Parts: sequence; C-alpha cells; structure tokens
Amino acid sequence: MMERINTEVVIIGGGIVGASAALFLSRRGVPVTLLEAAVCGAKASGVNYGGVRRQGRPLEQMGLTCRAHELWAQLPALIGTDGEYVRSGHLKLARSEADMTALETYRQATRGHGMHLRLLDRAELNRHYGWLGEEVIGGSLCPDDGHANPRLVSPAFALAAKAAGAVIRESTSVTSAVHDGRHFIVRSDNTLEVRASYLLNCAGAWAGHFAEGFGEVVPETSIHPLMMVTEPLPLFMGVSLGMQGGGIYARQVARGNCVIGGGRGLSADGNYARPGQNDIPALLGKAASLLKPLRGAQVIRFWTGVEGNMPDHNPVVGPSRTTPGLFHAFGFSGAGFQIGPAVGEVLAQLVADGHTDIPIDAFRIDRYAAAAHEAACPGHPFREQTLEAS
Amino acid sequence: MNSTRAPLQPVIIGAGPAGIRAAQALVAAGLRPRVLDESARAGGQIYRQPPAVPGFMRAPATLYGFEHRKASRLHRLMAELAPNIDYEPGSMVWNLSDGVLDVLRDGVSRQVPYQHLILATGATDRVLPMPGWLTPGVYTLGGAQVALKYQGCAIGSEVVFMGTGPLLYLVAYQYAKAGARVAAVLDTASFGDRLAALPGLLRAPVLLAKGLYYMAWLRRHGVALHEQVRPLRVVGTTRVEAVECESGGHTLSIPCDALGYGLGLRSETQLASLAGCRYAYHARDRAWLPVRDAAGRSSVSGVYLAGDGAAIAGADAAELSGERAALALLQDMGSPVDLKRAGRLDGKLLRWQRIRDALERAFPFPEVWADSITDDVMICRCEEISAGTLRASVAGQGTQELNRLKALTRVGMGRCQGRMCGAAAAEVLARACGVGPDQVGRLRPQPPVKPIPIHMMVAMPAAAATAASALGASTAVSAKAAKSVERTVDLSQGGQP
Ligand SMILES: Cc1cc2nc3c(=O)[nH]c(=O)nc-3n(C[C@H](O)[C@H](O)[C@H](O)COP(=O)(O)OP(=O)(O)OC[C@H]3O[C@@H](n4cnc5c(N)ncnc54)[C@H](O)[C@@H]3O)c2cc1C
Ligand SMILES: Cc1cc2nc3c(=O)[nH]c(=O)nc-3n(C[C@H](O)[C@H](O)[C@H](O)COP(=O)(O)OP(=O)(O)OC[C@H]3O[C@@H](n4cnc5c(N)ncnc54)[C@H](O)[C@@H]3O)c2cc1C
Repeated sequence: MMERINTEVVIIGGGIVGASAALFLSRRGVPVTLLEAAVCGAKASGVNYGGVRRQGRPLEQMGLTCRAHELWAQLPALIGTDGEYVRSGHLKLARSEADMTALETYRQATRGHGMHLRLLDRAELNRHYGWLGEEVIGGSLCPDDGHANPRLVSPAFALAAKAAGAVIRESTSVTSAVHDGRHFIVRSDNTLEVRASYLLNCAGAWAGHFAEGFGEVVPETSIHPLMMVTEPLPLFMGVSLGMQGGGIYARQVARGNCVIGGGRGLSADGNYARPGQNDIPALLGKAASLLKPLRGAQVIRFWTGVEGNMPDHNPVVGPSRTTPGLFHAFGFSGAGFQIGPAVGEVLAQLVADGHTDIPIDAFRIDRYAAAAHEAACPGHPFREQTLEAS
Repeated sequence: MNSTRAPLQPVIIGAGPAGIRAAQALVAAGLRPRVLDESARAGGQIYRQPPAVPGFMRAPATLYGFEHRKASRLHRLMAELAPNIDYEPGSMVWNLSDGVLDVLRDGVSRQVPYQHLILATGATDRVLPMPGWLTPGVYTLGGAQVALKYQGCAIGSEVVFMGTGPLLYLVAYQYAKAGARVAAVLDTASFGDRLAALPGLLRAPVLLAKGLYYMAWLRRHGVALHEQVRPLRVVGTTRVEAVECESGGHTLSIPCDALGYGLGLRSETQLASLAGCRYAYHARDRAWLPVRDAAGRSSVSGVYLAGDGAAIAGADAAELSGERAALALLQDMGSPVDLKRAGRLDGKLLRWQRIRDALERAFPFPEVWADSITDDVMICRCEEISAGTLRASVAGQGTQELNRLKALTRVGMGRCQGRMCGAAAAEVLARACGVGPDQVGRLRPQPPVKPIPIHMMVAMPAAAATAASALGASTAVSAKAAKSVERTVDLSQGGQP
C-alpha cells in the first residue's frame, strides 16, 4: 500500500542542513515533510569533527557564517540543548613565515566581519599554549569561534523540527523525485509518496544525483575526512586548533578526550566510508608532534564520514535553474557544520519569503558552466582554507 | 591476485585451542602459517600459561585440573609446530582491511598482507552489571580465573561466586582447590532448568560428570550452593563486604571480600566486522555473530571463523572448529583435503551444537536482568553511563537502535568501545523499547579494536607486500623476504611514510 502525504515543502535529507530548514519552516507555520534514508543527523552532520569556526572560511561565506554564529549562540532556545557548544577560541597555526603572511592577509581581508582575529607569535603561544610542538611559529586566534558535539547537535535539530510540527520520516530513502508540472512528487519505493509545492535537496554527498535528475549536472564528489579520538586526558587544550594550509585539526572535550582530524578515509560502498589504513600513521605522527601532552596517550577510535565536495570548496545553495520551487543546499566540502543552521534558515526564507538578505550568489548551482565558473572563481586566495578537513 | 604467483602465507589470529589446531592442520598440509596472538604465551583463555619466569612455575595439574592433559597436549603441540610456523606472540591485530592487517608488537605496528585468514579470537566475559558492581573486589568469573592461572593469586580470601554457566562451578572449584575460602556459589539458574537440560546433557557424559563432580566436591567441602537466586547488590564502599541476593523469597546476605560474577561469554568479533563479514543474530548467544557455514567460511572469501570468536561453544569445540576451518581453507586453495576427516569433524561439531543448546538450557540467560537493574546502575564504566541515561534516551529522544544510543549517550564510546558494555547496553535498550535484543542492531566497530598508543612506531608496509607477492617462490621464502624489507619509521621524530 502506497501511503500519500500532501504538504507544502518536502525535504530530502535530515542532516543539519535539511533538519534546520525543517525547523525554521515549521516555526513559521509552513507544513513540511522531511525524508531521511537513515536516521537524522547520522551522516556527515553527526560524525564530523565538531569545529564551529568562522576563521578560515572564504569571503563568499561571510554572510552565512556570521549569521550562523548568531544562531549558535541561541542553540538551547533553538533545539533544546547546548550541544556541548563552547566558544573556546579557534587558533589557526602557522609553520612558516609564508603561513604567517597568509594569516595576516586573511585578517585584513575579513576585517569588519566581527571575528576580531589576533596574530600571535611564538612567544605568545608559549605563554598561553606551552603544550604546542616546536614546529609551530605563530598563529591567528579567533576568540569567539569554538566547537560543539555533532552527535548531539545534529539529531537535536531534527527532534526540534518534529516538536515544531514537521513530519520527519526516517529509514525512508527517496528513490525518485520529479515535478509533474504542478507538484513535486517524491517517492520512497512503493511505500510512500509525498506531493509538495517546494522541494529542498539537502541530501549531502548524495545530492548531486538528485540535481542531475532535474537536469542540473554538478561536479559534486565525495570526501572522507579521517578522524580519531584519544582516551580522556587531563584538560590542557581550551582552544580548537587548525593549521594554515590544513593537515591537522584538534580539540579537547570536557571529558578530556582529544578529537583530532587530518588525512582521509576510504569510500566503502558510496554510503559508508572507513578509515584509510595508510593515512593513519601520518595522522598519529602529526598529532604526537603537534600536541606534547598526547605523548604516551592512547587512541581509542578512528572514524570517517561521507561528505559532499565541490571543486571550489564552496557549497551549492540556492534555487534550481531548471525547476521553480526546487532549492539546493549541498556540497559543503568539509565545512558545513558551522554554517548548517544559517543555510537552513536561508532555505526557509527562500521558500516562505521568496528571497534572503544573505549573499548566496556565489553558491549558484550553474557556476560551473565553463564561463560562469571562471567568473565566480578567479583564483581565490583563501580557497584551501575553507576545508575543516583539508 | 595473479594466479601464477604463489599464494601468500595464511594468517591465523589467536593461539587458543582453535588457532593452534588450525595451525596444525595447515602445517600438516605443507603450509607455513603465520600465527599472531596478543597473549605472551600460547594457550588462549582456557589453557592460558603463566609467565615463563621461575617464580611462576606451577604444574599443569594444579593449573588446569581435569583439563591438564588437554592443556599439556596443546602446549606441546604448539612447541612442535614452532619450526614450521611463524608464531608471533604479544602481537595485537588492531585493524584490518582489504587483505592487510595492522599488527602492533613491542610498540611497532606492521602491516601484514593476507589472502587467507583464520579468525580464532576467542571470547571474553559477558558483563551484566548490578548494583554495586563497581566496588573494588568485584571481578568477572573469567577475570577471577585469569588471576589464578596467570598471576597465581586469588581475587580475595573469602570469595563469593555468582551468576550462571558451567564456568561458575568450575572457577569456584578451582579457587577452593587453590586454598581460597569460597563463601558461597549463587546460581541464577534453577534445578528445573538443569532437569530440562538433562536429556541434552547426557550427550556429553564426561562434561556432565565433571559438572556434577565440581558441585558435589564443593558441597562436601562445606561450600553453600544456592540456586535460582536473583542478584540484588554488592555491599561495601572501599571494598566488597557482602553480596546480597534473593533466594526462595528471602534475602541472603553473604559476607565476603571478593565476588566473581559472570553470566556467560561474548564472542570477540570486531575483526570479522572490519573484514566486512555479514552478521546475523544468534538467539542462543543473544548476540550478532558473523555468519559462517558449517566448515567456518565467512561471507567474505578467504576469511574463516573458528572457536569461541565465531560463537560460544567451548574449548573442545574450538579445537574441532579450528581444524575444520583450516581444512576449508585448504580446500578453497585447491589443496587435497582428507574429506573423511572433514566429515567426521562436521559430525562432532554438530554434536557440540546440541550440547551447547543443552548447556544454555541448564544455565539460561536471566531474562529479567534488564528489568532488575535500577536507573543508577552504571552500564558503561569508561564513560560512566547509567541504565537511567539509556532509558531516558529511549523515552526522550525515541532512540531504538544501538549505534544511535551510542551517539546520543556515549555508551560504548570509551576505551573498550563497547566490547565490555555493548551486550548489557543492548539488553537495556531492547527492554526499554519493549522488543527483543535482536531488534536493536549491533555496534559497528571501528579501528582500533583495542586502544593503541599514539606514539607507536609504524613500519613501512607497501614495499613488503609487493616484494612478497613478486618473489612468489615458496610462501616461507616470501614471508621472510617481506620481513626483511620492512623498514620502521619513528613517528616521534616527525617522519612520515
Ligand atoms: C569527518 C568529517 C569532519 C568534518 N568536520 C567539520 C567541522 O569540524 N566543521 C564543519 O563546519 N564541518 C565539518 N564537516 C562537514 C559537515 O559535517 C558537513 O558539511 C555537514 O554536516 C553537511 O550537512 P548536510 O546536511 O548537507 O549533509 P549530511 O549530514 O550528510 O545529511 C544528508 C542526509 O541526506 C540523507 N540522504 C541521502 N540520500 C538520501 C535519499 N535518497 N533519501 C533520503 N535521504 C537521503 C543522508 O542519509 C543524510 O542523512 C566535516 C565532515 C566530515 C565527514
Ligand atoms: C577468561 C575466560 C576463562 C575461561 N575459562 C575456561 C575454563 O576454565 N574452562 C572452559 O572450558 N572454558 C573456559 N573459557 C571458555 C574458553 O575460553 C573457550 O571455550 C576456549 O578457550 C575457546 O578457544 P578459542 O581458541 O576459540 O579462543 P581463546 O582460547 O579465547 O583464544 C583466543 C586468542 O586470540 C587472541 N586474540 C584475540 N583478539 C586478538 C587480536 N585482536 N589480536 C591478536 N590476538 C587476539 C587472544 O589473546 C587469545 O589468545 C574461558 C573463557 C574466558 C573468556
């Protein structure tokens, strides 16, 4: 028996993006049904590093990231939990003078966005972060960036959306999505059919497939950032760490475990990924040399996730160019956790108001059409920095 | 793999009864297996040997009781096999994927390529907490036995044993024989259970006789045996002072300074999962286990399962299944195999299945366990997650699946990664959801199987693997070559492969 649901908005994907869109729409009284193949917040949104940082993002993301920063401050009101979110500071480290120059250039370029970046030399690092390895010569601190627990935050967005009235269907994989000229018809095999006026494509690493179904071919690929966590250690690291140019990032949670990322996992079958054996030694080595208190500690788990990646490391966010009523939000390229809530809000605005004040033109889906790509992407200086997981 | 090349050396993980017998069968067929075992000496759990240092020398009869002949035979067999196998004790396999093992030994991690792998990783106690179980002096039954066999010491001077299963009476007996005072044996199973199981147990008269002997011996030596008890709590603050249980409508309180507590075993199946083996729920063991055929073939070609790591069946069955898995491996490699022998093993293994069914009936899992523990009982002690927290997640967040429960509550996220607390968490979750334990899924393990030091050295792998397959002479030669080209990189010096 095919179950049928008629609604205003149907969302594919219950990651932090789809779930927060559902939340903001429901709060505005818009009927919404969200379909999630697994359980909400169990994919990239639930297994990521948990970095909640603005520093290092490309300039195009400033609008989204600053709005997200405000939303993160309201987390308990928004989703009923603080999600272990702390504004610990985010320290981006430099290993060379060239790195320091890059950090300074970035500081100049992002002035006025409220990040209050402060450059620190080695002597200052020694004063506050004496546990850092010798290879680091300085860094840039963003005092109000921080980190949170993705396992708690992302499912909570879906639970909050449900509480606000959204219909959430888990274990419901969308097998077809079409527009019949009047409605979107979204099906999960022969068991469920949802009709809606709007469709939000928030299917993460799998979203490109749906875009293609609507005639919008995108170069979305998958990446699988490698993560590990140590046993609980005495607290030593307040800040969340990043590295200019990527390579390793690290934070310590209240319980004492250090969460560390760097390198890549391997795709298992498209749906899953697993830690890559050959990247593990490199990550161990980097962690041991960057964080002195880790020497002698044990690693208790490696893991990875499946994340959508775009060639320019900016997401696709905004209206379809082929199908009115369809909006895309995917391809966050390793850094969508922090901006996820703002993206959800923007999607809700696009549906309910028809527009948003947040600049999203750089995230147009057709930017890869050869000429458009050149125009949108003129050899951007901060490109590589967007990746949490570079 | 190019068929003109000689196959890689088969690898066996685990040198317990199953692994040793598997090695023997492979050697008999002219192969030279590599045997990796985390323990310092061969024998596995049941035939665990004390450290090979003078002060620890005790006679097998003292250590293994009735089983000492079997123990000595296996230890001797392992010694005889030595020239024909590459035996690597103290080697922990912490990860595996796509034909490559990561093996940590003496602080150095090496990659070992494999084409044929026998997993004989055994079991550990199934830990089912109760109020007060974190009081110092509380041990699992197996842990109590390890202390005796390996360290030559008792967990206390006045010990209570509680729980159920054949190990309960055995360990109590071994303690009493070793000179500890056994204050009581408290069995959650009933006489009725035993009676119902009797026809099945008669298939294994020796086993039955031993069990009855232990009980009779304990009684004769003044040890109180209580059946059909319901564990209530462990009393004591800095040390166990007493154990309380309900028995026949009364509360029994038995003073003691240590408790050995156990409700069965759980298979060590993480590596099978990392290898990609398909799992199915096994009602008798109340666990998800890797699927295998009667000979021990897993769902992944080249990966074989034997012993308690595949399903709890005891040491004798472990020996049989180890040999059987090796024969299956040989058969799949295209080597001639004694099919009569294989058939005989199949028959014996089938008989052991029936005996296990009977044992399970004699010592059934206490179905009421999950209901009987109060909210404040700690289920996961690495992360300090109580039963109440798990139940609250079901009630408040609608949690119905074990990995979800882990994500939301941290249960199983500590050093043991659910190896110790996973079974109990699954029982509590299932009960709170009003479903059977088969309905809540299984924890998906991630590497490392057990914690690894961040500062370990990592040996260069790639060259070794290529050299081994390129050489292609005898497997023995290629394995030696593989070893000789391994290079180690000390990560603490900042070196990277
Ligand atoms: C290991 C790792 C570390 C990271 N670290 C950080 C970090 O520190 N900071 C940061 O900001 N970002 C980080 N990221 C990136 C961040 O996690 C992602 O950008 C973000 O979670 C993307 O959210 P999403 O909702 O688009 O995708 P997802 O969370 O992947 O959600 C998409 C959902 O769509 C569902 N879906 C797919 N196909 C279908 C279908 N056919 N039918 C129904 N549902 C479907 C999936 O099941 C999934 O739940 C990291 C990512 C990973 C993997
Ligand atoms: C603590 C304990 C005590 C027991 N005592 C008795 C008893 O007295 N009498 C009885 O009949 N039964 C006993 N049992 C049951 C008995 O252990 C088994 O029936 C029998 O030992 C199974 O043999 P096996 O070869 O399958 O596994 P085991 O004997 O358990 O051998 C498995 C071996 O694999 C190794 N191993 C596991 N994982 C890894 C890894 N990742 N890397 C490298 N090596 C690894 C282990 O160190 C171990 O040496 C006991 C079980 C336990 C857990």
